[in-house]
Amino acid sequence: MTRRQLIPIAVLLLAACALPLLVSDYRVFQFNLVLVYAIALLGLNLLTGYNGQISLGHGAFYAIGAYCAAILMDKYGVPYWATLPVAAVVCLVVGFLFGLPALRLEGLYLALATFALGVSLPSLLKYHHLEKWTGGVQGIVIAKPEPPFGLPINADQWLYYFTLAVAIVMFLLAWNLLRGRIGRAMVAIRDQHIAAEAMGVNTAMVKSLAFGVSAMYTGVAGALGAIAIQYVAPDSFNFFLSIVFLVGIVVGGLASISGAIYGALFIQFVPNIADEISRAAPWAIFGIFLIGFVYLMPMGIAGAVRMAVARLARKAQNR
Amino acid sequence: MKLVPIAALLVAALASPAAFAQKKYDPGATDKVIKIGNTNPYSGPASSYGTIGKAIGAYWKMVNDKGGVNGRMIEWISYDDGYSPPKTVEMVRKLVEQDQVLIVFQTLGTPPNTAIQKYLNTKMVPQSFVATGATKWNDPRNFPWTIGWQPNYQTEGRIYAEHILKNNPKAKIGVLYQNDDYGKDYLKGFRDGLGDKTSMIVKEVSYEVSDPTVDSQIVQLQASGADTFFNITIPKFAAQAIRKAYDTGWKPTHYLNNVSASIGSVLTPAGLDKSVGLISTQYFKDPTDAQWKDDPAIKEFHAFMKKYYPEGNLLDPFNLYAHLVSETLHQVLKQSGNNLTRANVMKQAASLKNYRPEGLLPGIRINTDASDFAPIESEQLTRFDGMVFQRFGPIIGK
Repeated sequence: MTRRQLIPIAVLLLAACALPLLVSDYRVFQFNLVLVYAIALLGLNLLTGYNGQISLGHGAFYAIGAYCAAILMDKYGVPYWATLPVAAVVCLVVGFLFGLPALRLEGLYLALATFALGVSLPSLLKYHHLEKWTGGVQGIVIAKPEPPFGLPINADQWLYYFTLAVAIVMFLLAWNLLRGRIGRAMVAIRDQHIAAEAMGVNTAMVKSLAFGVSAMYTGVAGALGAIAIQYVAPDSFNFFLSIVFLVGIVVGGLASISGAIYGALFIQFVPNIADEISRAAPWAIFGIFLIGFVYLMPMGIAGAVRMAVARLARKAQNR
Repeated sequence: MKLVPIAALLVAALASPAAFAQKKYDPGATDKVIKIGNTNPYSGPASSYGTIGKAIGAYWKMVNDKGGVNGRMIEWISYDDGYSPPKTVEMVRKLVEQDQVLIVFQTLGTPPNTAIQKYLNTKMVPQSFVATGATKWNDPRNFPWTIGWQPNYQTEGRIYAEHILKNNPKAKIGVLYQNDDYGKDYLKGFRDGLGDKTSMIVKEVSYEVSDPTVDSQIVQLQASGADTFFNITIPKFAAQAIRKAYDTGWKPTHYLNNVSASIGSVLTPAGLDKSVGLISTQYFKDPTDAQWKDDPAIKEFHAFMKKYYPEGNLLDPFNLYAHLVSETLHQVLKQSGNNLTRANVMKQAASLKNYRPEGLLPGIRINTDASDFAPIESEQLTRFDGMVFQRFGPIIGK
C-alpha cells in the first residue's frame, strides 16, 4: 500500500474509534449494525463481485451464524466472543458443501438455487424437531455482553468496539486473500472461466472455496448481529434480507472492498430516511433512491468515489 | 382584615392537596405534551395489521381535538417495523433514546415484542397493552414493565375444549392451525382443556402464512373422519376453510377462533349461508353485526371512523380493536393525573378496576392489579345464525 492509500484509511479508522464517544447510544447501536452489515456485504462481494456467482440466499448464512451464536450462548453458556469462531466454521462448512453441487449451476440458475435456500430456512427454523434448540417461532433471547475489565464505557459502546475490531480483522483478511493467488484465480474465473481453467486454475475448488469463505463472512456477521439485537427468530431472517444484501453490494460497488462499507451505510440508513419522508409509501421512496443511485453511480458508490478522487488528482497535477 | 383571604387560601390548600401536589414528569411528558411510541407492520407480510396503528393515530387526533388528556396533547409516534424483530429493536430504541417517549404502546406481534421486552424492562419504560394474545405477557414478577391487553389464546382454546367435552364427549376432532406462535398457543390451550382426552383429536394439520390456500388441509381433515373442526386461522384462511368445509360436503361442528370471528371480513366472503352454526367467542362487539346497529358505542365508533379515519375499512374489526385499546390507555393516562412518571403510568395500568370501554360485550370488564397483568380475561361463546352472532351461555372467565 502506498502512503496515499494509507492516509484515508487511517483517518477512517480514527473516526470510527472516536464515533461512540461523540454520538448517542442509539446511534452507536445503528453504527454497530452498519459494521455488522459491512462484514456480511464483504462476504457476499467476495462471491458475487470477485467470483461472479450470484447468491440470493445469503440471508440464510446470516441466520445460521446468528443461530449458532444464540444457541451456544443460551443453551451452553458459551461467552459471546467464543461463538464467533464456531459460527465461522459452521458457515464455512455449510457454504462449501452447498457450493459443491451448486457448481453445476451457472448465473441465474445458481441464483435460483440460493434463493431456495434463503426462502426455506425460516421454515426450517420453525421445524418442531429442531425447536429444542431454535426455540421455534418464539426464537431465543440472549443477554447483552457487558464491557470487561471495568472499562468506563457502556454496553453499546463496548459492543461497537468489539464489532469494529472483528470487522478490521475480517477486512484485512479479505484484502490479503484478494491480492494473492487465490484472489487472482477468483477474478480470472469470473472474467473468463475457460481461460482460467486453461491456465491451470482448479475452477471447481476455487468456486466452492469462494462460496465457503463468503458464507463464513456472512455467518460471522450474523453472529455479531444476533449479539447486538439480543434476539433471534425466524421472522428476522426472511428472504428479503438476502435481497437487501444484494442491493447493498450493488449500490456500494461490486468487486470493491470499501464498497461493503458504503453499501452497509445505505441499507442501514436509507430505509429509515425513506420512512421519514413518507409514512405511507416508504418502499416507493426507497425504490426512487435505489434507481437514483444506480443511474448516477453505475459503478456503485465506491466506483463514484474512485472516479472523483482520480479527477481531483488529475486537476491537482495539471495545475 | 387581610388574614381572612390568606386563611381561606390555606384551608383551600389543605382541603385539596392535589391542586398543590408536585407535578412529576419522566422523559416524554411535560405540561403540554405526552409522547407515546409504537411500532406497527405497515409493510411486509403482516401489513394487514397496519390499520391498527393508523386507527390509534386517528384516535389520539380526536382526543387532541377535544382538548387532550388532562390538558396535555398526545404526540403519537409510530414507525414501520415490517414485522421484523431486528427492525423493531432499532425503532423502539429510537423511540426511547431519541424521540424520548414516555411509554411504548401496542407494539404488534409476538416475535417483535419478545425482541424488545428485555430492553424495555431494563430501561424501565412501560411496554403497555401489547398487540398479541400470547400468554407470556402476564408475568409481572419477571417483567414488571410489560402488560398485555386482549384475552390470551390459551384461555380461548380451553373454552372450546370444555364446550366440546360437555356437549359431545364422543367427538372426533380435526384441528387446522397456523404454524407459528399464535396457532400453537391456541392448540396448547385446547389440548390442556381436553386434559386426558387429547385422543379425541384424530387429526392435526397446519399451514404457513405464505400458503396460497388451505384447501388440501381441509380435504385431509375431512378424510380423517373428524366430526368436529377447530379452525385456528387468520381471516383470509378462515374464509377459505369455511367455504371449502361446506363445499366438500363435510359438515362438522365448526369452532372458529375469535381472531377471525368477523362477519364483514370473514363470513361474508366465505358465504353467510355456509357459515350457519359456526361457534366462536367474542369479547368486543362486531361492528358489522346488525344486532349492534343502534348501540351507542358502535354508533360513536362509526362517527369516529367517518371523521378521523375515513380511508379505514369499516368492515375490519381491527379498527374497533384499536379504538378500544386506545380508550384503555386513555383511561390510564387520565388516572395518572399530573404524576406522569413511567412508574406511575405502569402502576395505573395495573390498577384498572371494573373499567369498561363500551365497545366490549356487555358484562366484560377490565381488571388489573399488581399480580394480574392480563386486562381482559373473559369471553362469551357465540353461534352464527346466518345473520348475526348469537351469544349464548354465561361470560366465561373472570
